[in-house]
Amino acid sequence: MASGFADYLRRDLLLAYRRRGEAASPLVFFVMVSTLIPLGITPESARLAEIAPGIIWVMALLATLLSTDSLFASDYQDGSLEQLLISPQLLAMPVLGKITAHWMVTGLPLTLASPLLGLMLSLPAQGYGPMMASLAIGTACLSLVGSVGAALTVSLRKGGLLLSLLVMPLYMPIIIFGSATVQSAIDGFAWSGPLAILGAMLAAAIALCPLAAAGALRLTSIN
Amino acid sequence: MPNTPLLSVERLQFERDDCHVFEQIDLWVGSGEIVQIEGPNGAGKTTLMRLLTTALQPTTGNISYAGQDIDLCRYEYLSDILYLGHQPGVKMTLTAEENLRWMAADSRSSAPDALAAVGLAGYGDVPCYNLSAGQHRRVALARLLMTDARLWYLDEPFTAIDKQGVSFLEKCMGDHVKRGGAILLSSHQDLAIDGVRKYGIRPHADQRGL
Repeated sequence: MASGFADYLRRDLLLAYRRRGEAASPLVFFVMVSTLIPLGITPESARLAEIAPGIIWVMALLATLLSTDSLFASDYQDGSLEQLLISPQLLAMPVLGKITAHWMVTGLPLTLASPLLGLMLSLPAQGYGPMMASLAIGTACLSLVGSVGAALTVSLRKGGLLLSLLVMPLYMPIIIFGSATVQSAIDGFAWSGPLAILGAMLAAAIALCPLAAAGALRLTSIN
Repeated sequence: MPNTPLLSVERLQFERDDCHVFEQIDLWVGSGEIVQIEGPNGAGKTTLMRLLTTALQPTTGNISYAGQDIDLCRYEYLSDILYLGHQPGVKMTLTAEENLRWMAADSRSSAPDALAAVGLAGYGDVPCYNLSAGQHRRVALARLLMTDARLWYLDEPFTAIDKQGVSFLEKCMGDHVKRGGAILLSSHQDLAIDGVRKYGIRPHADQRGL
């Protein structure tokens, strides 16, 4: 049975492609909510520019959270997860493949669409580069951390709320340093510091989260 | 030791929420054998299958593969088993052929041939959400034609398939044991193959509401 990193990455991307509408919903949510902000708060560009980094980051976080609980759900329902659990290979690699596919379907399009939102929220020009860099790294962290919560709640019928409660505290440092990167750049300070911390978080998450998620999946199967 | 059974289960017990699921199980399966697990609903047939596939860990007792404890030869053991459960792992959005190629990367025969053999010739490019429940089952069963695994664990393999499908599956199982494989299946219906050994499992007293 195929169960390497690349196999699962390819398969999950194919599955996402087959269900394009569903896969695009986090991005649509991200764009839609961010367009409502100027309408709801103020179209005044000076005030929008002040809150833009925070808004973009909060929306990115919520959009990722929205799609996280589906990470293992369909595999659990149709029995492919069980087949994966009894395959002889190391479980963490397929899990990392699935997480990578999840990021490529949610975080990456979000990052690529973010300049459009920057424009709508009148983000100052010096903020665009840091925004995209921090979103690219930060959303990968979000997918990785979210996978642990998704694995823990996969066997629950309504695990969505519990999942949010589980991963929210772990999302906090990511959003703090993510928006700090953009804010520092706008204020004219060096922004490599907070970005480097995000990078460190990503490195730690890549090393630990697939193992934790794999462990959690084994736990949930014992029922 | 030529007489070492392929699979041996000794004094197996499993507790769920401090309740024993079934009476202690001692079971041997040699190569070339078909063993049918029988028992009333809720007796723990699926639990036994999941214990054997290592998805669950037994509370007491041990399972050996070719004379060696499966925890010590996990990789060899898991590479050599095939498990077909209630949910066969067929992806609705993939086509029949993609599903099959995914499930059986180690193939004896090609995916189109296997699909043709289970009566799904021409369905290779059809997404599985357009197939019926019985046809899903057939896609999963086509794996049996492609796998190199020696030990098959089939949990209620006859669910949702028609008479033709049943006789195909029986032929498939017959061929497998002739090649020296072994099959453990749970089913409520009698098989039309000779030499099927039956093993009854009973729910433990804990489960009978006593």
